[in-house]
Amino acid sequence: MSAKNVPAFNGTKEQEAKLMEIINKHKGTNGALIPVLHEAQEVYGYLPIEVQTMIAEGLDVSLAEVYGVVTFYAQFSLYPKGQYRIAVCLGTACYVKGSGDILDKIKERLGIEVGECTPDGKFSIDATRCIGACGLAPVLTVNDEVYGRLTVDDVDGILDKYMN
Amino acid sequence: MNNVNIKINGIELSVPADYTVLQAARMANIEIPTLCYLEGINKLGACRLCVVEIKGARALQAACVYPVNEGMEVFTNTPAVRRARKANLELILSNHDRSCLSCVRNRNCELQKLAEEFGIEDIPIKGENDPVHEIDDISTSLVRNNNKCVLCRRCVAACENQTVSVISCINRGFDTTVNCAFEKSISEVGCIFCGQCIVSCPTGALTEKTSIPQVINAIDNTEKHVVVQTAPAVRAALGEEFGLPMGTPVTGKMVAALKRLGFDKVFDTDTAADLTIMEEGTEFIERFTKQEKLPLITSCSPGWVKFCEHYYPEFTDNLSTAKSPMEMFAAVIKSYYAEKNNIAKENIYSVAIMPCTSKKYEAARPEHSTDGVQDIDASLTTRELARMIKQAGINFAELPDEEFDDPFGTATGAGVIFGTTGGVMEAAIRTVYEVLENKPLENLEIEPIRGMDGIKEATLTIAGKDVKVAVCHGTKNARYLLEKIKAGEKYDFIEIMACPGGCVNGGGQPIVSAQERAKVDIRAERAKALYAEDRASKIRKSHENPAIKLLYSEYFEKPCSHKAHELLHTHYTKRTKY
Repeated sequence: MSAKNVPAFNGTKEQEAKLMEIINKHKGTNGALIPVLHEAQEVYGYLPIEVQTMIAEGLDVSLAEVYGVVTFYAQFSLYPKGQYRIAVCLGTACYVKGSGDILDKIKERLGIEVGECTPDGKFSIDATRCIGACGLAPVLTVNDEVYGRLTVDDVDGILDKYMN
Repeated sequence: MNNVNIKINGIELSVPADYTVLQAARMANIEIPTLCYLEGINKLGACRLCVVEIKGARALQAACVYPVNEGMEVFTNTPAVRRARKANLELILSNHDRSCLSCVRNRNCELQKLAEEFGIEDIPIKGENDPVHEIDDISTSLVRNNNKCVLCRRCVAACENQTVSVISCINRGFDTTVNCAFEKSISEVGCIFCGQCIVSCPTGALTEKTSIPQVINAIDNTEKHVVVQTAPAVRAALGEEFGLPMGTPVTGKMVAALKRLGFDKVFDTDTAADLTIMEEGTEFIERFTKQEKLPLITSCSPGWVKFCEHYYPEFTDNLSTAKSPMEMFAAVIKSYYAEKNNIAKENIYSVAIMPCTSKKYEAARPEHSTDGVQDIDASLTTRELARMIKQAGINFAELPDEEFDDPFGTATGAGVIFGTTGGVMEAAIRTVYEVLENKPLENLEIEPIRGMDGIKEATLTIAGKDVKVAVCHGTKNARYLLEKIKAGEKYDFIEIMACPGGCVNGGGQPIVSAQERAKVDIRAERAKALYAEDRASKIRKSHENPAIKLLYSEYFEKPCSHKAHELLHTHYTKRTKY
């Protein structure tokens, strides 16, 4: 994971005030960084350089350390989530039924990697563990919409629905 | 501390209870291989090359982190141990860019040495990502090549030890790399270029950005008058590159080597150190008399200056405006020296041999230029000089001792000790005392500010007034001292050097393996060479240097004169952390 093509940061004053509150709440306690990152991600939806810099400054740790922790844990994201959040199930059943190929096709069509968001903010891709719909394998979801028993050829049609 | 009784390979030992298995084994002269371990800096048991069998333990244990306990039985050379170590080393090697022949660390690489010691004949596994990492070589000072990185984290720990921490391990598992935040270049973050990462690196993943080709071109160009100056700490360590014992001063041989390399003039930066003392000492007397902008903090160490600019910009007014000896000399060479010898300054190529990687950055600073021409054309590390000597086929150890060239060949003992922590302050005191007291200082060796304690303080009575001085080395100690000042502590004069131990342990000095560093304090050993040279000097005070007297009478008139300010002083920039 590395941060390329991140959409411009547009955090609000309210979000910043909340972040400062979070930092002040945890500051001075051991291991403050991870809970602060969790809560910051709840506020902003992701952890861009601007947010990580405020956290580094606020907790008096280096930005490199913050970035090291953010890139270590899969639940932290450097990218915002898209207007349409695509989640491809890579659980065992879906995987053996070919969800890996479906994921590759989506990545290719959108030009982004798992965890990233298209520069226009429209789509983001996540790879998930089993979502419990093995009967429909292979499965993907777009926001709350579920698409099952897919083949690679279905991908274009699904994405086209959200393109406009 | 109580002792405990243990057995290693059947040998009975009594060792301090807080020892690790590795320390105990080394005490008994039993070698255990290590890679990620770096005494006092990095201790995490990551590389698994120091694994040993411990009777009753579930699995093999990393000796570098495993504490001893009463009755423990350790085996360091069993088939299981050998198999595991070899497999671990093969895995590390499988992902390493093994272009040893063209690597600057060839024959001075801990990984290469381990491969030899382990009898690696073949590397059966091929790593997936070799070599795919982009090389970061856009800074003035450091080159980072992650294809040669073994993820030992010694550089990360060294950077953390400097409280700079601009590099960290990012990502996880197979994708882990050592990088700056957001994969920026080291030139785009708050790196101070101290190079402590380089001297900590076991392989060629971290090196200085070389200027050897440019220097050789200049020497080969008959139109160029190539002048070289050498910093005090270089002579205290250069011999190590040629097999001489640590702490052997090689001043005369170094001068002889530089002349054989084809430099037109070989000058001693120590002379300029004396000039720095005159300017900085005068600056101190002025500030102390007026009681303004105190404490005065030395500015010879470019790593420290950059640290101050990034992390403590509120102290930049406290920095001495006197340039570092290297830059003072550079300015004098392209002005006074050029005029006196009737050489156009465009035709002078000015080289500095420094124990330092940050000097490369200092040399490139726009403040240190005249009419768009940098005062220093190239700054080489001690290691680069050693490489040039080897490439030229010079048998260094057999060279005769030769003398520096005049008019800047005379230096004093005060200038020599600039190369170690406490030296600048000691040199300054020798001069400031005599200027203010107007009588000779009886004891020139100021013990309280010598040695390797992180922060050294003394209160001296000069001309009836108490002068409180402090000396610290390593930016971690600098941070501690500056925080103390912010909390209200008062000092008058402070010396700060970025590298632990000062320039003798600079980031441009010969690289000493982790094993060796665990046995000797390289800082103290190299410092001994400088103190010995000081003791042997006929002149030990900067203001008594005839070359300096001549410079003032012929050119600068007096310290801190208008002309001196123009050429010998500089200014600083407040920078941000990120």
